[in-house]
Amino acid sequence: MTGAVAAVIAEAHRREWARVLAATVRVARDLDLAEECVQEAYAAALRTWPDAGIPDNPAGWLATTAKRRAIDAIRHASALRSRLPLLVEPEDTAGDSGTQEAADMATADPDVIPDERLRLIFTCCHPALAQEAQVALTLRLVCGVPTQDIARAFLVSEPTVAARITRAKRKISGARIPYRVPRPAELPERLRGALAVIHLLFTTGHTAPSGASLVRTDLVDRAMHLARMLCELMPGDCDVRGLYALLVVTDARRASRVDADGRLVRLREQDRSRWNRAALAEAHDIIVDCLREGPPGRYVLQAAIASLYAEAPAYDQTDWPQIVELYDVLLDVWPSPVVALNRAVPLAMVAGPRTALAEVEKLELDGRLSGYQYLHAIKADLLSRLGRTDEAADAYRQAFTLAANDAERVFLGDQIADHSPR
Amino acid sequence: MAQYAILIYAHDSAHAPDATPEDLQTCDQHAEELTAGGSTIMAYALTPRAMATSIRGDTITDGPFVDSKEIVAGFYIIEAPDLDVALAIARTNPVVRDGGGVEIRPVHSGGMIERLEQAGA
Repeated sequence: MTGAVAAVIAEAHRREWARVLAATVRVARDLDLAEECVQEAYAAALRTWPDAGIPDNPAGWLATTAKRRAIDAIRHASALRSRLPLLVEPEDTAGDSGTQEAADMATADPDVIPDERLRLIFTCCHPALAQEAQVALTLRLVCGVPTQDIARAFLVSEPTVAARITRAKRKISGARIPYRVPRPAELPERLRGALAVIHLLFTTGHTAPSGASLVRTDLVDRAMHLARMLCELMPGDCDVRGLYALLVVTDARRASRVDADGRLVRLREQDRSRWNRAALAEAHDIIVDCLREGPPGRYVLQAAIASLYAEAPAYDQTDWPQIVELYDVLLDVWPSPVVALNRAVPLAMVAGPRTALAEVEKLELDGRLSGYQYLHAIKADLLSRLGRTDEAADAYRQAFTLAANDAERVFLGDQIADHSPR
Repeated sequence: MAQYAILIYAHDSAHAPDATPEDLQTCDQHAEELTAGGSTIMAYALTPRAMATSIRGDTITDGPFVDSKEIVAGFYIIEAPDLDVALAIARTNPVVRDGGGVEIRPVHSGGMIERLEQAGA
């Protein structure tokens, strides 16, 4: 029984933390107090559920318990509360939220938890906070990840992460960053910020910028969880669905990106039978849907490109011209040198490595990507295909000095050896 | 309601001692908009960097304190219920689209100082 209860609670922690905390913040109007009350509610569940049984709606029980604790704390220990100002709620709903809360508490219906997760996400991803603080705060408050694990994931010290989170919380209350969903006029810009945080989490996990393993599964899973949550909360938004599709397509290839020894495998050599076909199909449907809805945004286009790469039965059968075309549209929407660089890869298949190399060299002159390892790696590959072996080895060496991930360093080391005279 | 200071950062201030009404047209127009909006409590335009004098320790120097491309060209205090509202007001400042920008800082305390009437003055 206890084991089963612990499993249910662990699951509720993973899936429902955001919902429970967001509902509690609304009552506590203080992030620290809310977090403490939610932690206590999970602890109370561990104590009481083995005897009393698992409630029908675990999340509802947890939210009700946490909210009660918050109300008690406010009533009885107001002198001990933080001296920071309370979170700001928008006036237009503050009035009825009070009555709503009162009604919730009166009926104590555990099935009613107002879904406040969007408020929580947008507050954590507010542009007035530094992006590293947005990332840490989102992991901690929306995903319930302990500070220690956040520190490990980003290879920084625990006190650094703790300080980042504390500073961000102080600014939220001190500068009165409101706890609310942005107004329609602000929403597109603010949503871009929230999506950027999720995307950053994913890319950090997908190809860990440093360390031993290529993929950091914990971060990838958290990012997928957040993207799925946002899809559920904003189902009509194509940027949200586009980001989710992008993560799904990219992650569908996880199993084949490294071999049994943890060595990096290039896309052209990956075992396509190990790709998650169900995930690819799910993403495909979302992408087709979004493309039909109107001019696609950055994430839908990136997802469409990744999906085209994945749909080909073999690397040689990839629809290169179509991918180049999508890159052209993407460059219009998101003129980034990284996009221009990635376009060189399919361009080499359509127009030949010489044409692609000219594009890469143009980007190199521009200077913005000089510290970007993939510029040198792509250039090296193109030089190698043109038979310019010595230059290819040099470019691989430049990429090697910039790479910090062990799996990538091993791969680049092998390439240098292959292109050096024996 | 909370108070926020909005500091205007520009290459220089348009408010030279001998500035013409044409020089100040953009600033004046925005000042009018702010006044009409009803959230501004006080506003100050400062003179250009050439008028600035700085003191650090015992040394007095000509020019702004921080050696930077931009200087504080002026500041104003607004009242807003939260940071989002303050940001929405601040970003309408024309300097934002003119190579400069604004900094928004919550006000801790302060205001105009009531001066005591000096005896015999």
